[in-house]
Amino acid sequence: MGLLDANISKHNVLVTSVDNVMNWARLSSLWPMGFGLACCAIEMMATNASNHDLERFGIFPRSSPRQSDLMIVAGTVTMKMAERVIRLYEQMPEPRYVLSMGSCSNCGGPYWKHGYHVLKGVDKIIPVDVYVPGCPPRPESLIGGLMKIQELVRMEQIGISREEAIKKLDQKSLDPAQLIQGERKGALTT
Amino acid sequence: MEETQANAAGESAEITTAKAVWQVVRDAFGEAVSELDANPFMPFFEVLERERWRDIALFMRDDPVLLFNYMACLSGVDYPEEEKLGIVCNLESLGKHGHKIAVKVKCEREGGAIPSVAKVWKTAEWHEREAFDMYGMIFTGHPDLRRILCPEDWEGYPLRKDYEVQETYHGIKVPN
Repeated sequence: MGLLDANISKHNVLVTSVDNVMNWARLSSLWPMGFGLACCAIEMMATNASNHDLERFGIFPRSSPRQSDLMIVAGTVTMKMAERVIRLYEQMPEPRYVLSMGSCSNCGGPYWKHGYHVLKGVDKIIPVDVYVPGCPPRPESLIGGLMKIQELVRMEQIGISREEAIKKLDQKSLDPAQLIQGERKGALTT
Repeated sequence: MEETQANAAGESAEITTAKAVWQVVRDAFGEAVSELDANPFMPFFEVLERERWRDIALFMRDDPVLLFNYMACLSGVDYPEEEKLGIVCNLESLGKHGHKIAVKVKCEREGGAIPSVAKVWKTAEWHEREAFDMYGMIFTGHPDLRRILCPEDWEGYPLRKDYEVQETYHGIKVPN
């Protein structure tokens, strides 16, 4: 549940935990690093632009790794770029998140077999929190991935590790199959 | 359309001009160039004495009848069964005569060298760097012969037919 859903009508007083306020602030201003590697970056830019408007989620690309919370690895990571990606990741302040966007950065994509120059998945060099499948993923998919990062932030607490937060997120997660089935049935009956 | 017009012998205007172009080069350089391969797609001849390739290039660029002022492309080729590497240069006389031709130059597969034409057509500078990067032939007289796409400490030449990718690069595993 979001913080703003709570009733704050009485004298603008709101009682909550520090974790909640911190997490709400952090997930409402996830600043990704403004860099793209291939065609996925075009889709990422489209997501940033007015049609999909990432700024409504407080997501706004920063020009420096020092000011970024999130790295969107958007595109093909070549062997030449791999070392630079590591360096950029290390320059980001903690807590930091990584979203791997598209087949190339997930696993090498179409360069899986014969791409001598391509890293077979960015998770070989840096830890990845969310994978977004697609070639390239549509803006809706990217937004879905970013929502997943926000959920992960919401699960975090002072004193618990990222792994434990991911476990908590896992326990809370729903199987979307039933929801989709339900929606389909609803659509068929009307 | 110029391409579809055929003369009395039934050949296209492009081939007729390519033959005329080749004849001019043959008259100037004799046996240094091969016969013309008059295929309908891209007529070409080969430079057999490759140490004369730069003179031939300069001649083709500056001769008033030829005026090949534009290098459209320079590609590398691997010929493992001949134990050779080569380049294919697509030349065009842009805005002057409008004719096109391709020139091939070959060298040995191991340690072979081809004269650089980077000073003749500026375009060739990066194209030759790319051919060097992918196939490993040396371009003698090139102003700045470094790898252009692969990292400078990359091992091997990726577009050779017998290329085997290296296992690791700076501690990162390369093949999956």
